[in-house]
Amino acid sequence: MNVSENNEIDLDGKNISHNNIVSQKHLRHFLDIEYLPKSLILDILDLAESFAGVSGQPVKKVPLLRGKTIVNLFFEASTRTRTTFELAAKRLSADFLNINVDFSATKKGETLLDTLRNLEAMHCDMFIVRHPFSGAAEFISKNVSQNISIINAGDGRHAHPTQAMLDIFTIRKYFSDFKKIKVAIVGDILHSRVARSLMHALRILEVPDIRVIGPKTLLPNGIEYMGVTPYVDMDEGIKNCNVVIMLRLQNERMDSSFIPDEHEYYNLYGFTPRRQELLAKNGIVMHPGPVNRGIEISSEVADGERSVILQQVSNGIAVRMAILSLSMQP
Amino acid sequence: MKYSKEQTQALLQKIENSLRDYLLKHKITEPIIIGVHTGGAWVADWLQSTLGFEGKAASLNISFYRDDFSKVGVNPRVEPTAMPVSIDEKHIILVDDVLFTGRTTRAAINEIFDFGRPLSVTLVVLVERNGKELPISADIVGQKLELENNKNVKLLGPSPMILEIIDKDN
Repeated sequence: MNVSENNEIDLDGKNISHNNIVSQKHLRHFLDIEYLPKSLILDILDLAESFAGVSGQPVKKVPLLRGKTIVNLFFEASTRTRTTFELAAKRLSADFLNINVDFSATKKGETLLDTLRNLEAMHCDMFIVRHPFSGAAEFISKNVSQNISIINAGDGRHAHPTQAMLDIFTIRKYFSDFKKIKVAIVGDILHSRVARSLMHALRILEVPDIRVIGPKTLLPNGIEYMGVTPYVDMDEGIKNCNVVIMLRLQNERMDSSFIPDEHEYYNLYGFTPRRQELLAKNGIVMHPGPVNRGIEISSEVADGERSVILQQVSNGIAVRMAILSLSMQP
Repeated sequence: MKYSKEQTQALLQKIENSLRDYLLKHKITEPIIIGVHTGGAWVADWLQSTLGFEGKAASLNISFYRDDFSKVGVNPRVEPTAMPVSIDEKHIILVDDVLFTGRTTRAAINEIFDFGRPLSVTLVVLVERNGKELPISADIVGQKLELENNKNVKLLGPSPMILEIIDKDN
């Protein structure tokens, strides 16, 4: 997939190549977190805070995006992300379409572009894209007409920026100062687009201690350059952490050579009640879902007092409302 | 031009007295006072405590109900709406600092109805200026002003509250 012809944007006097942003204040598309300025990330979190109240109203809806048409364009299966985007769009009063594209039928680039042309002809205003290829959302953003915004709902191993935003929103509910916390991301770092987006978000928010924990086969070489510290020993890695984010073991993206077996993986990297005791006293446990109980996390921890897994889901709606409305504004 | 603290206070007292008479006349004993962010919320809080009601007044952030989103977008840095009590079957006192075009009041009334079905809504403003664009008038007004098109009136606060007339560019 060709993703050249980036727009050049001058940000803080530094040339960057990305079409995420039109200015310091406004989003045009939401493709990746990597190049977002800290101020814009904080704006999204603040706006999401205001939207969180909407879910508590008797009428769970605000008229902000009335008359806009938003399309969920999913080339890959998803439940949580798809439905929370749908609820977010509906709570903003947008009209909403769910299109699950049969990936096998769109293997050729022309077919994907044809799909896009057809949706454009229906006068849609925004596409929320999930695709198994890295760079797909950006490719689409360069091949649609100017008035359409693209939101990346996960592309291959590259990025899942709205998940990372809802994760940091959830973290901020417990720890108001990002500069004082230790955060560990545990599991399949290599295949995880969530981990990649999270590392960027935490770095931009100046979290001083970001750790990634997993077997050597699932830790990319040279990951230290992303400003994180790799650990192979889980007990050592999660010690005194305020936030531990467990990742799902992505069986569909790997063959058996990456880990010995699931039982062994659980012994080495499964989050058990014993390991939970190693966290800081106020430590919380997160997971982007879907949870593989007994493989990366035990039920006692997933359902326990320190688990904020279901809050992540609720927060996902408010955060996505903020991202949709900021990307849609003039 | 800035009002003095005392001049602004006199207007606040005027709407307080009018509101007391209004509540007596309409036999309203437990109104729900709701202020529109930001200036209206200050005035609402002041009325809430001066009239002897407990706690803070409810407040509305009408950002999500404005009619100009496609022109100006949304401001992320506004306090969220705070509606701590049910408004069903209650008399609402809606408070704003300035009534100008009426569009903010329209948005506020829309938002109120997303929280329930009140018995009535009464509009109280510190200042009503010329420039109405919608059929909306205040029931209780501190002062009516005729201003030139290039002038704005705004409330500084929350403590002390001071009215100011400024050029629109500012």
